[in-house]
Amino acid sequence: MTEYETVIGLETHIQLNTETKIFCACKADSWEDPPNTNICPVCAGLPGVLPVLNEAVVRKGALLAAAMHSEFRLKSFFDRKNYFYPDLPKGYQISQYDMALGNGGYLDLPMPDGSIRHVGITKLHMEEDAGKTKYENGRRYVDFNRCGVPLVEMVTEPDLRSADEAAQYLIRLRQLLRWLGISEADMEKGHLRCDANVSIRPVGSTVLNTKTEIKNVNSIEAVRTAIIKEVERQVELVESGGRVEAWTLDWDDTHHRLTKMRSKETEADYRYFREPDLLPLELDEAWREGVLADLPELPLERRARFLQDYDLPEYDADILTADRPISDYFEAAVAAYAGDPKVVSNWIMNEILRMLNEQGISADQLLLKPDQLAAVIRMVDSGTINNATGKALLSKVQQTGKSPLEIVDAEGLAQLSDDAALQSVIDQVLAAHPDEVMSFRSGKEGLFGWFMGQVMRETRGKADPQLTKQLLLDALSKRD
Amino acid sequence: MSALDYAAHTIAQKVNAGELSAVEVLEDALARIEQVEGRHGALDYGELTDEDRKKVHAFITLTQDRAYAQARQVDALVSAGKLAGPLAGVPLSIKDIFCVKDTPSTAASRILSNFVAPYTATAVERLESAGALTLGKVNLDEFTHGSSTESSAFQPSTRNPWDPDRVPGGSSGGSAASVAAGEVMLSLGTDTAGSIRQPAAFCGVVGLKPTYGRVSRYGLIAFGSSLDCPGSVARDVRDAALMLGVMAGADPRDSTASLHPVPDYLAILSEGVKGLRIGLSPDYMQIAFPDPQTGALIRQELPAEIRNATLRAAEALADQGAEIVEGVPMPNMVYGIPAYFVVSRVEAASNLHRFDGVKYGYRTSSEFRDLHEMYRKTRAEGFGLQPKLRILMGMYVSAAQYSEQYYQRALRVRSMIRADFESAFDSGGAYRLDALLTPTTPTTAFKIADIYGDSVLMQYADQLTVPANHAGIPGISIPAGLDGDGLPIGIQLLAPDFGEEMLLRVGYAFEQATADAAWRKQKPQVLR
Repeated sequence: MTEYETVIGLETHIQLNTETKIFCACKADSWEDPPNTNICPVCAGLPGVLPVLNEAVVRKGALLAAAMHSEFRLKSFFDRKNYFYPDLPKGYQISQYDMALGNGGYLDLPMPDGSIRHVGITKLHMEEDAGKTKYENGRRYVDFNRCGVPLVEMVTEPDLRSADEAAQYLIRLRQLLRWLGISEADMEKGHLRCDANVSIRPVGSTVLNTKTEIKNVNSIEAVRTAIIKEVERQVELVESGGRVEAWTLDWDDTHHRLTKMRSKETEADYRYFREPDLLPLELDEAWREGVLADLPELPLERRARFLQDYDLPEYDADILTADRPISDYFEAAVAAYAGDPKVVSNWIMNEILRMLNEQGISADQLLLKPDQLAAVIRMVDSGTINNATGKALLSKVQQTGKSPLEIVDAEGLAQLSDDAALQSVIDQVLAAHPDEVMSFRSGKEGLFGWFMGQVMRETRGKADPQLTKQLLLDALSKRD
Repeated sequence: MSALDYAAHTIAQKVNAGELSAVEVLEDALARIEQVEGRHGALDYGELTDEDRKKVHAFITLTQDRAYAQARQVDALVSAGKLAGPLAGVPLSIKDIFCVKDTPSTAASRILSNFVAPYTATAVERLESAGALTLGKVNLDEFTHGSSTESSAFQPSTRNPWDPDRVPGGSSGGSAASVAAGEVMLSLGTDTAGSIRQPAAFCGVVGLKPTYGRVSRYGLIAFGSSLDCPGSVARDVRDAALMLGVMAGADPRDSTASLHPVPDYLAILSEGVKGLRIGLSPDYMQIAFPDPQTGALIRQELPAEIRNATLRAAEALADQGAEIVEGVPMPNMVYGIPAYFVVSRVEAASNLHRFDGVKYGYRTSSEFRDLHEMYRKTRAEGFGLQPKLRILMGMYVSAAQYSEQYYQRALRVRSMIRADFESAFDSGGAYRLDALLTPTTPTTAFKIADIYGDSVLMQYADQLTVPANHAGIPGISIPAGLDGDGLPIGIQLLAPDFGEEMLLRVGYAFEQATADAAWRKQKPQVLR
């Protein structure tokens, strides 16, 4: 059997998280609003209305273009894409065609096996969203709320080679969009929509065979599954002597199957022409520099730096660059701690992430500040408190907002590391349990942990474990 | 004496001074309408009667209640000792291509016959805030697609007040006729290829097409979005200036509306023309159209009466001290109409997409099997012949395989036409013109049904006006005499971008110079 390679290109529609729509003053987000309650003459395409471009859309588009290494056009144009559909109220979509905001670009995608997949970007342009149509009781209903919601359409070259790579691309894209703060990038809510173009070819071939387009996939997992199924179908088809046809396929997420929506024999003619209702978008270097001043270090760059500068394992670096708040939190804690970054990483991955998950918040919403985390770790390091107390202390800081030192003082949490005091507790424990002492001394060394526990209980956990162990061993091995 | 004998600026002065009440003016206007109008255009109009053939039929919708409310508000302001605006109490009509809140806004098409606009166009809003009284919406060619107003779905279509057997021109035929017949003092029109200037010339009134972007297009139901200009139709130059001043200026709802500051158009009106350089172009003294068989350009001289009226106007301006520059070449204007055919239709086809029976307006009342049949029937029944021709042509020339050959090429022709004007107006060039003087139209008003149906020939009525739309520059048409049939002849003045002041100043000088001319005493037939 021939060995096949999968060739995938992704078309993504990214909903920008601006306050208002792209060409009017309606609010951009209509999530859960009743149909047709967030519309105005402009976005509903009434006769005589005109679009006015929202600058925030251009700013967010420019940030994305920069992050995707796309050439930023200082002069770009809007065009009309003409077609009839009930949820397209003007009968054309205002989009950008041949002179879009971004020209080209790429994303270097790190794969779990350590390799890098270079994914080229063919298109990056701004456009308005259309409305929604639904069928119910044999009738067609149209909701215009979504009309005029700002989108960036971004299309990759056919550079992805597996369903996993496609999923990785979407994971990294989602991470990037949230990192830049330009989209909520929630696929379930349609903030990030993806169509996948899939074809196969024998390994070693460089031709691009007829592709199918998979639509309506609304989660990263669905994209992965749908591609796997489609590749299986194409391989079976070709192996049995068939020919792949240029179909558009609909992903049914409930039944996990693809159904044919339509054949795509000929390319639709959208009769593109320049939108006469908008002037050419002319920006200058100063504007661009102003916008790019807000461009943060990007997640993949930061990930590389964490590996390099902090010597973190890839696993840690990935988690600590998952989103911008956790990443910034880590860096601030490392700076305050001024010790081994891996120690800070362990504390964050164990304690802080659990806290965030439990409370459903992000790192920038913690009451427990990075320098306070660093202070707690230092107290543990110096033996002022033990590890368990340290963990409990983090929760107390988060709950009360008080400083760790304040809590330690107020609650007397400082570790019992005074030899004499600790010795006296140990003496009391041994005196109170002569039978256990006998058993230990006659060889039941497993009881040592039980003795440790008793001492810890007596000291309410404040006993320095190292010192306790030492003193306890001495005391138990004494023969009187 | 009727209030209607005053010009708009005089009415506004007298109303603001408390010498005349807005309600009185309104009542005079309504009486005039009663006298000359006849029945308004309607979808189901039946047979034309002899009586119909003598009336103007300028209006589709009369908005009497709105006008009364405005008039009372104006009068209340004045009694409270306040100014009621520069157009206080001035009767106004609106071409029914503008949306006006709570009024039918039909575009003279069946497809919008039941559409009541939920908002008001910027230009209308500004005119109303200045105290104008909106008497109603006036007829036009369907979606402004024509030069005679005959293609309106609302019949009887408007007739020329100077001779009701003739067309008023178009597409702003209702605007020009309503002003000429004295039903209103001012009318808001639109000009895409000459749709203000040509009917103004046919009806013996002043029509001003401002620079593209000088007046907001918000609320104007689009034909050719890169060409459409709202503008003034008025009885004289001063009124046209007054109206432009009220409407012009940036609009946050139209990003193609210019930020260029709006001057006081009245301030330099009477500065005269001494030392100004006014051009004449031989290219504007002919029309040229392609032979239907060979495609070769056939050139035809304009009628002598029209050429002479233009030359006489040049002499009158020369007498006032203007310098007349002859022989200014405008070599690319002959391609104005073919290029316009392409550009306007591409934009029109796209602009008309939204009328699909889904959201508002007409939807077929017959059965349909599916969405596509609903679209087909709705659009087949809702659009008249002219929009259909424009949709077909527009779809064809913007198709991917033809776009380069037609649409892109037409855009290059536009640039060439603009370059002709730039060199004529270039202050360091050979001609250094302040304005170009031309006839407005190749003929005076033609007979109803004479040309209608030949959409190519009809289009050539715009040959002398369309270059300004391609270039985006302002133009004005001013009455300059009557022909042998007693029909008005118009002259046109053109100036560079934002040169409206110059047009108004030269036009006003011409009006003053010819104030005592015998033809100025003539009244339109419907008022005799």
